[in-house]
Amino acid sequence: MTVDRRWQLSLRVVALAYLGALLFVPVGLIFYRTFEHGLAAVWESITTPAAIHAFQLTLEVTLIAVPLNTLFGIVMAIALARGRWRGKGLINAFIDLPFAVSPIVIGLSLVLVYGVHGWFGGALANAGIQVIFSVPGIVLATIFVSLPFVVREVTPVLKEIGDDQEQAAATLGAGAWTTFRRITLPAIRWGVAYGVVLSVARCIGEFGAVSVVSGKISGETDTLTLLVDKRFSNFDLAGAYAASALLALIALVTLLAMTTMNRRREEGDT
Amino acid sequence: MISVTGLTKRFGDYVALDDVSLEVPDGSLTALLGPSGSGKSTLLRIIGGLESPDVGRVVIRGEDQTSVAPQRRGIGFVFQHYAAFKHMTVRDNVAFGLTVRKRPKDEVAAKVDELLEIVGLAGYQKRYPSQLSGGQRQRMALARALAVEPKVLLLDEPFGALDAKVRADLREWLRKLHEEVNVTTLLVTHDQEEAMAIADQIAVMDHSRIEQVGTPRELYDRPQTPFVMRFLGPVTRLGETLVRPHDIALSLDARPGSFEAQVARVVHLGFEVRAELVLGDGEEIEVQLPRGEADELELGVGDIVHVRSTALPSALRVPDAPVPAAEPDALSA
Amino acid sequence: MSATSLTGPRSAASGGSAPAGGAARRAAPAWRSTGALGLGVATLWLSVIVLLPLSAVVVHSLDGGLGAFWDAVTSRQALSALRFTVLVSLATALINVIGGTLIAWVLVRDRFPGKRFVNALIDLPFALPTIVAGLVLLTLYGQRSPVGIDIAFTQAAVLVALLFVTLPFVIRSVQPVLIELDTEMEEAALSLGARNATIFRRIVLPNLVPAILSGAALAFARAVGEFGSIVLISGNIPFKTQVSSVYVFNLIESDAPTSAAAVSTVLLLVSLAVLLAIRGLGRWGARHDR
Repeated sequence: MTVDRRWQLSLRVVALAYLGALLFVPVGLIFYRTFEHGLAAVWESITTPAAIHAFQLTLEVTLIAVPLNTLFGIVMAIALARGRWRGKGLINAFIDLPFAVSPIVIGLSLVLVYGVHGWFGGALANAGIQVIFSVPGIVLATIFVSLPFVVREVTPVLKEIGDDQEQAAATLGAGAWTTFRRITLPAIRWGVAYGVVLSVARCIGEFGAVSVVSGKISGETDTLTLLVDKRFSNFDLAGAYAASALLALIALVTLLAMTTMNRRREEGDT
Repeated sequence: MISVTGLTKRFGDYVALDDVSLEVPDGSLTALLGPSGSGKSTLLRIIGGLESPDVGRVVIRGEDQTSVAPQRRGIGFVFQHYAAFKHMTVRDNVAFGLTVRKRPKDEVAAKVDELLEIVGLAGYQKRYPSQLSGGQRQRMALARALAVEPKVLLLDEPFGALDAKVRADLREWLRKLHEEVNVTTLLVTHDQEEAMAIADQIAVMDHSRIEQVGTPRELYDRPQTPFVMRFLGPVTRLGETLVRPHDIALSLDARPGSFEAQVARVVHLGFEVRAELVLGDGEEIEVQLPRGEADELELGVGDIVHVRSTALPSALRVPDAPVPAAEPDALSA
Repeated sequence: MSATSLTGPRSAASGGSAPAGGAARRAAPAWRSTGALGLGVATLWLSVIVLLPLSAVVVHSLDGGLGAFWDAVTSRQALSALRFTVLVSLATALINVIGGTLIAWVLVRDRFPGKRFVNALIDLPFALPTIVAGLVLLTLYGQRSPVGIDIAFTQAAVLVALLFVTLPFVIRSVQPVLIELDTEMEEAALSLGARNATIFRRIVLPNLVPAILSGAALAFARAVGEFGSIVLISGNIPFKTQVSSVYVFNLIESDAPTSAAAVSTVLLLVSLAVLLAIRGLGRWGARHDR
């Protein structure tokens, strides 16, 4: 249907106005407010020891969670796309849970397992390991929330390309591992890359679950997102903006990576 | 009854139609025949109102319809990939045009049943397109187009997406339907056999222009350009003229106007024989002979024979231009 | 986009679909490379990371017995929070249905300078941390608002925050369907005499409905559990602007884990119901595909 000009224009205006009020203006404002007082102030704000530690912690947690979930994601994707076993529907639903469950509930669930009064609480205390209110808890929370991304991106790719190529490789004498390394892995690399980018963004951005789990001992268990919250609570608005701007910048870079990859995938650059 | 004059259409730099004019007689089945990129689909869509020309006029039944919206042209359109409303039942699909016109329910139901009967889909009312085969979907699409009693029926490569056997069956069925329903029909196809088999009149198109218009017989026997001759049947070149392989006589001795050739290969196709020969100048040609004749001549590889044209003098081709090198396909029409 | 992979027919098919070939066919090579062992380890990972903790919530919620569970879930504040949460999430889903479909339409069918840029930015709420989103919205629509709109500490603020974080869901769900939509269907309807409004109503919209609903369901699920973007701008006023996730957070901080677990269990049930609905929608949407 060719919409007539007036309608087309009106729809466009409404759409852009909605997006402007909800998306463009707010995000633009953050950068404006942040740099209102000059670059130097911002730089100082994001290089305080607390900020640096928060950045390092965020990075550390991400570097643990993402590779583990990527490995899980690839293995599970192969199992879902190529394997024959019962219970796929159930497993699929479980994999989607981190998307649908509130981060607060996620945090609580970890406390109830690994906290002092939790299921493993006693055993962990005896072994001298602290999970809740410490870094391992944050790691577990981050792994939880970023679990589905790689598997969700890779599974459809595997289904779409089918296993013809893998079969062909087998007939040509390639063993299972060789086939995986030289045929399957290259075919899914964009799916994996995209899933990794989404996971990283999710890890960096997690707030609710780590809020519950971290205990917010400044300098020890503050991630970047928790830092924003802490500074805001302490009326350090400029500091909160600065940390937010940093996070927003990371988000925009993520967005750029996503857009570029999407275009590559559409052009069939496998 | 459909008359287009001087139609030109460009898509950016690409010229899809270049000063095209055509008359389609009332009640006829006319085929627009040509290779991909020849402009035939564009011409059809302009007649249907789905595209508008840059220059030119479209007149249907005496009225200038050039800038009239497709909804009001009284046309029925059938697409290559059926364009079935996949979320609606067969009945709702066929009834669509009628419900849009707000016809009373019982009138619609009766008409739908009648049409489904005609196209051989009686009893399929409640099925969904996804439950039908390709051929069945296309018949449904035809019923849907006919439901609104169009003055003109436009078909854009309607059998292109079907297997050969289904295509052949459906083509015959379409001809019979046309004779029964008698709506002016315009059919786009790249299949010359299809056009020859069912059309009253064929317009051959190439590179955005109409090359020739005529009955199948006329086009086959009296082609006006080498392109038309080549498109409608096999062609052999003897010296300066183009001849049909079955219009070539083979003899062991020289005759007036004959050329010398050596037998390269003899292919037995059952009831007839195809001899592949090489002329003196190195050109390879094909000759078709009935089996008896081939046996009589006792053709063997390496034999020297003589070939001459037995086509009527008026059908002999004037010297034709050198065959152009194969061009990359333009956008399909 | 990961959200759409939850909604399209692909994902519905990925559960329980039988691969081609009979039982006599050898297992696919990739499968053999990871095999049952891989699946076992992966399932173990999934269980330990996700299932174990979530089951702890359900189990612990009954720590004080069914009576305590019921009291916790039906306390005035809990009910008020739940009611508000569900209502504001439904409103979010509804506004997204209309706004999201409209935006998706414009992005697919319209052409204007900067469209690619706008299209890319739609995913920003996916990439931006929720706390930053909250701060951003507070800055623009809070007490020191440069445009003079102050809705901080109101229910409207919660709605706006939720609209921000759920922006991409319906849009990204509808876009691929709109792109794939057979324009020939629309042309056929045209040739049969239908005008634009009819074509939209009878041809385009019915084909979009499953995608719209899936996106809306995702938006709803996300809205129900949202925390970070709401916590700053809503003021978390009990009985007015407090949502269930914040209520649970307060319970945790006030050392009432059992009550927290009880209310969380209710939220979990809502999440599960929505997840099942989305899968069902995916299958329903693909019913006419062939």
